[in-house]
Amino acid sequence: MSLETHIARKNLAIHPKERRIILKHADRPDYDASIDCYLRNGGYDQQKKAFSMKPEEICQEVLDAGVRGRGGAGFPAGMKWKFLDRKSGKPIYLICNADESEPGTFKDRQIIHKDPHQLIEGMMISAFAIQAAQAFIYIREEMPYGAKILEEAIEEARAKNLLGDNILGSGYSCDLVVHRGAAAYICGEETGLIESLEGKRAYPRIKPPYFPAALGLYMCPTIVNNVETLCNVKHIIEMGGHAYAEIGKPGNTGTRIWSLSGHVRKPGYYELENGVHTYGDLINEFGGGLRDGRQLQAVIPGGSSAKVWRAGERFKGKLRSGEEFDWAIEDVPLDFDGPMAAGSMSGSGAVVVIDDSVDIVEVLANINAFYAHESCGQCTPCREGSLWMKKITTRMANGGAREEDTALLASIGDQIAGRTICAHGEACAWPTQSFVAKFQDKFLDKAKQDPEQLSKRDFRMV
Amino acid sequence: MATLHIDGKTYEADPSKNLLEAALSAGLDLPYFCWHPALGSVGACRQCAVRQYRDENDKNGQIVMACMVPVTDGARISIADPEATEFRSSVVEWLMTNHPHDCPVCDEGGECHLQDMTVMTGHCSRSFRFKKRTFENQYLGPFLNHEMNRCIQCYRCVRFYNDYAGGHDLGAFASHNHVYFGRHEEGVLESEFSGNLAEVCPTGVFTDKTLKGHYSRKWDMQSAPSICNHCSVGCNTIASSRYGAVRRILNRYHHDINGYFLCDRGRYGYEHGNHPDRPSRPRLRSTKQSGLEPETTEVLAAIGSFLNEARGIAAIGSPRASLESNYALQALAGREAFSIGIAEASSAVLDALVAALREAPGGPASVRDIEHSDAVFVLGEDPSNTAPRIALALRQSVRQVSIKHAAAHRIPRWHDRAVRDLAQGRKGPLHSAWPAQTRLDEISKSAFCESPNAIAKLGFAVAQCIGEDSSSSSSADSPLQKQAKAIAADLLEAEQPLVVTGTALESEAIIDAARAVVSALAKAGKSTVRLAGIAAEANSIGAHLLQGQALESIVAKVMNGECDTLIVAENDLYRRLPHATVDALLDKLSKLIVIDCIPSSLTRHADAFLPAATIAESDGSLINCEGRGQRFFQALSPKENLHATWDWVGRIQVECQRSDTNPWPDLDTILAKMAADCPELAGIREAAPGAGFRIHNQKIPRSPRRFSGRTSILAHESVHEPKPPEDKDAAMSFSMEGSALQPPAALVSHYWSPGWNSAQALNKFQEEVGGPNRGGPPGLRLFPGGQNGRPHGSPSTESAATPDQLLAIPLYQVFGSDELSNHSAAVRERSEPLAFSLSAKTADRLGLADGDSLSLRIGEQKLTATVRLDPVMSENLIGIPVGLSDTPVTYLPLPAQANVCE
Repeated sequence: MSLETHIARKNLAIHPKERRIILKHADRPDYDASIDCYLRNGGYDQQKKAFSMKPEEICQEVLDAGVRGRGGAGFPAGMKWKFLDRKSGKPIYLICNADESEPGTFKDRQIIHKDPHQLIEGMMISAFAIQAAQAFIYIREEMPYGAKILEEAIEEARAKNLLGDNILGSGYSCDLVVHRGAAAYICGEETGLIESLEGKRAYPRIKPPYFPAALGLYMCPTIVNNVETLCNVKHIIEMGGHAYAEIGKPGNTGTRIWSLSGHVRKPGYYELENGVHTYGDLINEFGGGLRDGRQLQAVIPGGSSAKVWRAGERFKGKLRSGEEFDWAIEDVPLDFDGPMAAGSMSGSGAVVVIDDSVDIVEVLANINAFYAHESCGQCTPCREGSLWMKKITTRMANGGAREEDTALLASIGDQIAGRTICAHGEACAWPTQSFVAKFQDKFLDKAKQDPEQLSKRDFRMV
Repeated sequence: MATLHIDGKTYEADPSKNLLEAALSAGLDLPYFCWHPALGSVGACRQCAVRQYRDENDKNGQIVMACMVPVTDGARISIADPEATEFRSSVVEWLMTNHPHDCPVCDEGGECHLQDMTVMTGHCSRSFRFKKRTFENQYLGPFLNHEMNRCIQCYRCVRFYNDYAGGHDLGAFASHNHVYFGRHEEGVLESEFSGNLAEVCPTGVFTDKTLKGHYSRKWDMQSAPSICNHCSVGCNTIASSRYGAVRRILNRYHHDINGYFLCDRGRYGYEHGNHPDRPSRPRLRSTKQSGLEPETTEVLAAIGSFLNEARGIAAIGSPRASLESNYALQALAGREAFSIGIAEASSAVLDALVAALREAPGGPASVRDIEHSDAVFVLGEDPSNTAPRIALALRQSVRQVSIKHAAAHRIPRWHDRAVRDLAQGRKGPLHSAWPAQTRLDEISKSAFCESPNAIAKLGFAVAQCIGEDSSSSSSADSPLQKQAKAIAADLLEAEQPLVVTGTALESEAIIDAARAVVSALAKAGKSTVRLAGIAAEANSIGAHLLQGQALESIVAKVMNGECDTLIVAENDLYRRLPHATVDALLDKLSKLIVIDCIPSSLTRHADAFLPAATIAESDGSLINCEGRGQRFFQALSPKENLHATWDWVGRIQVECQRSDTNPWPDLDTILAKMAADCPELAGIREAAPGAGFRIHNQKIPRSPRRFSGRTSILAHESVHEPKPPEDKDAAMSFSMEGSALQPPAALVSHYWSPGWNSAQALNKFQEEVGGPNRGGPPGLRLFPGGQNGRPHGSPSTESAATPDQLLAIPLYQVFGSDELSNHSAAVRERSEPLAFSLSAKTADRLGLADGDSLSLRIGEQKLTATVRLDPVMSENLIGIPVGLSDTPVTYLPLPAQANVCE
């Protein structure tokens, strides 16, 4: 099969309210992944500009821009770079985390498939800024075409001396290679990724002492950034850090690509200015609202590991600015801090909309099946607890629910969260904790349903 | 020391440790699985959760894993915290979701760390109502059973097997709830340390296969502190018995020797005592034809008359027999007519080794010293095969560099994974000089594979380089000089350099070279330099100190008619002298009396035979290669007609009317007599408390308090419960009766403490976790070091070998070269058939390929075997494994010239 048939399709109907920076060109019908096309559109100009700057200046611009990591944790990228141990004398490594595997997330593949050179340019600027000796793109094993596209793009860039030895005559050398992942969710965890890149089992490392900025790949200082984050670096150089920071809201600068999925009329990816829109806008305006006759049941605001919101729920509290808020789901701002204030997180920017056509227990059963399968098996709570929760929710979905299941699920979830080596513990505990707490009635009801009837339903894990 | 507050009480703690170690050292019970005192922490099981508070005002604190948090001064933690307690209970509940409740049929039951921890956390009622996960098990060879369903994924097995012991064929496979620990395919686990998995595994995944063949629960076994007699290292063991036979060997912690681990030869060699052909009755040649089995008294009387009628008697002891047995023989025959049973050449090499050990600065290095060395030169030894526990220690010595490197990054040594990762495979210098490939080559910086003479030359060259301090190499240097300079530089740079040598190549020059290196280093200001020696057998050093005659002089005494009656104990002369010599000796003898515990070639020729007790069935002392005198005790009182050699000899003394009563009716008496006769050995009495030792007037019980079946164990013989055997030799009872208090380390027969039924109860028998045995490590070191006695040697000149002549050198096999363990079925199964090792070039020249058959003539003897190519061996050398049981020729005076037979 040819490569073309497998690359992400162009989205030709871009919503007018989108603010496209990263995806500015990606969906243009006349735009392709070749370097010629990229150069025609001003490509690699920012790399040339950046190479004329001092590395510290670039770092300062990124810090000024306040750009937060787009991978999940939302940690400011400039700060991360600042933590880099530059005194060790060891080589510094830059890794692009392209192991996009959080269920519901499909933004990075748009960039990789449609505008690979943007990522390469962003990476080479970042590599120069941190003076990396070698850069890697760790791409998810399940994205073979993305890997091929990137490899071809890297060869094109190498031919033009945009990476490799003595880049553009600057005296700075840095090579970039694509490394295909080991087909596990945990390979996307920063330290698991590093272990995997070293050729080992992707067992996340224990912090302390393993902070990648000091002891990362091969125990050398290492920066791991998400695809979207690294692309932003190019635009920060173009606009200047302060100008970039004008986009969005303070602390939530820039745009973000949201992956909208589930029961909406127009699922897809939308690049929106941070803090300007709300979840209501995303679901109803960009996503075209729910299907006819359907009611909203729940929203997962930031990838399947984020805590769920139940329709009708209200969130009250005080923002960091001191401003009090009282939000419905629809009012929660689409940025980093909004969902956090509402007790969840924006995570990788994957919004899953769930209407009343599905059984909420089945939703959790599905999520649990994923996280139980993806536990690396290193530490006990996650390895054993996630499987147990999966078994309970599967049985419940298949008509074997018991009254005590609800409390048992909650207690297992409570014991896992915060007590594992890596954040996978939370990833598998948060859905269960939040689903059970917010839909307790539905979980208890399940035990009252006629098992005969239920067993006739054909519940299958996705 | 730091102050640590645990649940409101204040403790002193070592800041180089973590909270778990500190809590356990303080005597508190905190459950754990993945942490191991020798393997460090990885934080995988999450079992040791405690709550830690920032300061006295912090009321909330946070849950932390004690094994991952360093001790800091003033730290406040709570073990009893309800949330931490509940979490620890949850961890066990999770592990139990898949662990089969098969304790009644599990070999680990009753000494299972998982059982102990389950009880300790209080988890008792299960909410998990699903099917359990199942795995397929693997065949892993004769030493271990594999039952993966019981696995709790603590990762200890792979961490020991691969990270600690350098194994390659055990791995963690698959992920999430299906992590599988095993080989990539069924097959024998290759590492010679695999047996430790039975103790390292906290539950019943890896269990002792030989124990399964004659299984007993831990609490039903009668055990005693013993010493391994399968090499010269002298690892401390616990020998356990039931129904009159030894059931298994466990590691007995000795802080300075074996620590937590044994090798498989030591763990599984015990079954030589259970060999079906073991001679267990006294025999007389004169009654053999009649088919009648003579009474013990009859045999003793016959031996008495043999000796009384003899023109002259001579006695041959053995380096594998206890000091007491050798001494008894010496006392019987007199100094002039006693030999420890090794040939003159071997005796001279052993003499050189003992001189080197006496001279060693700071005394001979212990295994623990070896572990802590940061640059090592192994000169003419193959520790993986001759002293495996030392090889395991050498594997730790190359890690010292990574531990120091980690310390510079403020990563404590217990943080195992971080320490290993940080090193990125960097290893400290280990230089090895041995004619053939060794298993340590993979961790060696250099391997010098040449003839014994060349190895000695290298040693002297290194000594010279150190002396001249000319470590910078010049282009004029020969390859040997270059290598010598590199080795000298590494040794000079080290904080604690170590030289390891031994008698394996039967070369005095090699040992003198090792001495020269050590003294050059000491002169160059390296006062920390240590020397470790490896001897051939368990009591080579001890027997040597008795100063017997060389074997050849006893042969001469017989051949010239001076002696006509020979008594040989625990020694197969066919393994010590050429066959023709032994045959001639036997022809000339009027009477041969043999005492042994295994069926040897010599026992067939005995006019009178007395069955000796094995080490687990007897009491006595051995002196290991470190010059440490150690005591072993009976794990069982053997059948009526089995006795220690020294005991038999005492009885013979009465029979031949040299003494009215047994001159040494008990161990303490013979020890006292030996001390009087050999002042150098006087200290050996201090190696363990004497038979009169009591705790509150009570003996030390050999059996756990839960020992069952005492009243019925002999019911098939008599319904009357017999009185337990009296032990006149040791301060221990053959029952569960006696003091419940912890005995001195030399008398510890099993590890148990309330709540700790598994071997991990050991924590309670140490000064601190992983530290010295309570009351100090047992045994007594006889060589304080620094005694000068032997002139310095120099390299011998090499005789130029003609091109078609080969130099045959002895090679050793961990499973196969030791006489005793060859009689253990499991060890026998692991031994490889005889094969000649030679380089591809030599094979080419001889027109041979791998697997071809080759016949060699060495001296008078002819030997045929297949050819195995050795990738590193130098030309004109041919390696011949020694000590194997299934060969027609059991003795070759190697190294020697060999000629290829047409």
